[in-house]
Amino acid sequence: MKYKSQQVAWWFFALSGILLLLQITYGFIMAFAHLGYDGLHEIIPFNAATATHKNLLVVWILSGFMGAAYFIIPDEAEHELISVPLVKLQFWSLAIVGVTAVIGFHLNWWEGRKFLEIPRPLDYLVVVNVLLFLYIIIMTLWKGKKRTTTSLVLTMGLLFAALLYLPGMVWFDNQTTDSFFRWWVVHLWVEGVWELIMGGILAYLLIKLTGVDREVIEKWLYVIVGLTFISGVLGTGHHYYYIGTPKYWLLIGGIFSALEPLAFLGMALFAVAMYRKGEKRHPNIMALNWTLGTAIVSFVGAGLLGLAHTLPAVNMYTHGTFVTAMHGHLAFWGAYGMLVLGMITYATPLMTGRKLYTAPGASYAFWLSNIGMIGMTTAFAAAGVTQVYLERKVGIDFIDTQQAMEVHFLVLIAAATLFTTGIVMFVINFFKYGRPTDEALAPA
Amino acid sequence: MLSKNQARAFFLGGTVVFFLIFLGLSWHTLAREVPKQTHEENLTEAVVRGKKIFDENNCMGCHTILGEGAYYAPELTKAYERKGEAYIKTVLTVKEPWQPRGRKMVAYAMSDEDASDVVAFLKWIGEIDLNGFPPKPDLQSKVPVPAK
Repeated sequence: MKYKSQQVAWWFFALSGILLLLQITYGFIMAFAHLGYDGLHEIIPFNAATATHKNLLVVWILSGFMGAAYFIIPDEAEHELISVPLVKLQFWSLAIVGVTAVIGFHLNWWEGRKFLEIPRPLDYLVVVNVLLFLYIIIMTLWKGKKRTTTSLVLTMGLLFAALLYLPGMVWFDNQTTDSFFRWWVVHLWVEGVWELIMGGILAYLLIKLTGVDREVIEKWLYVIVGLTFISGVLGTGHHYYYIGTPKYWLLIGGIFSALEPLAFLGMALFAVAMYRKGEKRHPNIMALNWTLGTAIVSFVGAGLLGLAHTLPAVNMYTHGTFVTAMHGHLAFWGAYGMLVLGMITYATPLMTGRKLYTAPGASYAFWLSNIGMIGMTTAFAAAGVTQVYLERKVGIDFIDTQQAMEVHFLVLIAAATLFTTGIVMFVINFFKYGRPTDEALAPA
Repeated sequence: MLSKNQARAFFLGGTVVFFLIFLGLSWHTLAREVPKQTHEENLTEAVVRGKKIFDENNCMGCHTILGEGAYYAPELTKAYERKGEAYIKTVLTVKEPWQPRGRKMVAYAMSDEDASDVVAFLKWIGEIDLNGFPPKPDLQSKVPVPAK
């Protein structure tokens, strides 16, 4: 690590890890409620648990992205971050807004719009926070010596992500219009601009870990993010099949969202090809595992499992069932969860100067969390398919169907226990590295 | 072989073209089609108040509506048609948690006016043209009836 200001990334990574553990806790609350054990109903009703679970996901991933940007941008631009106190201010305001939102959810203070539950007054604070973040990143890039493709794609992704938050802040009387713009945020984030951020971080990690020439990696980065937008923007149409929008979205959404896996396939092929091409073997094997893992699991979770229910004729029956939860869990984990954990795994030894690349728990953390998540995805799939057939195809009553699905939630909890063990090991390992030190600074 | 400049042109050009198409279609959908499909002429003040109550209590945190939300409680798109006004108002106004076979709903203990607004909202939702959603159970008729 060359630049002292890169050390601030540690705080964002630490926050990420803690919020991830909290997110998992709320996941367990919901899984037990599905089994009928809802003892916390009075304090944490299901809607508070789900709002917390989903928003903690967004915040820990964003905190990871921000940490990644604060680590990557100085390195790529060859310039210290313009102001570390400003970064600290941005960090604490992010943490405080996040915690306030979560507490608010338990006090019935929210907007009931899936993924965008944060109430309006806090939305404005989020905007101020993100503007401050973008100011620091863009000014650092501006003053830096170099503007690499990797850093530009990453910054562009972050900037668009901020802009796309805005349509979610407008009130519409019509539920259909409201939902229409809600997807501008949610879909165009996770199947659009977040993939730009992912591409940027992935390219950075591949350049560092494989030693392949930057020009080659960045050329393919453009192709992949190009494929992302060409398929993903009109792919938004797969959310417009059955919400009161015209029928042409069935055709457009069907065709373009069926193409969306190409971008993820590109990402997976790209990562594996660069790994095989690279002559350098970076000693941080675990970071390489997470990097290749994110590229491959995102293709399976986001690409293939998305494709499984994206065609209109299928989606007619799966829309609003646990089939969506199946896809959602492996997609977020593969594309964004593993990516952030990979970035943390790469950066931690460099920040702390503790060049321990093969900590005994690190490998278990990787395998347990991945095997656990695949088990969870399978349990959600079984629950979802059961629900589709019993409720939608045969017409059995909602609650009878739910009771028939209960056994799958037992499997879910078993698999989630494996997953959690892996994540706990990861977070413990992260904190065992200690805090960043100046001794870790490499001579420029 | 593809050069880096060509790759960049592919990315920027593709993004701009497809984003413009998306904006055009979005405009057409929202300005021309949504008002017809959602019967916007029936979007009364009561419906809007109902939506506000629906949002402020995060009903989507357990139920789905238009197929969107969480999967802990029944889909509400056709709730008005399925259950009727009296049933829905009872669920919303009772002071004890409504718990059909053990699955608890928060006891909202709403006023009669608020409950009526939510009913108006659900009635309006139920009339939207959703391109055939929710589907009719197509295997129902195939389930064998046991011989008596």
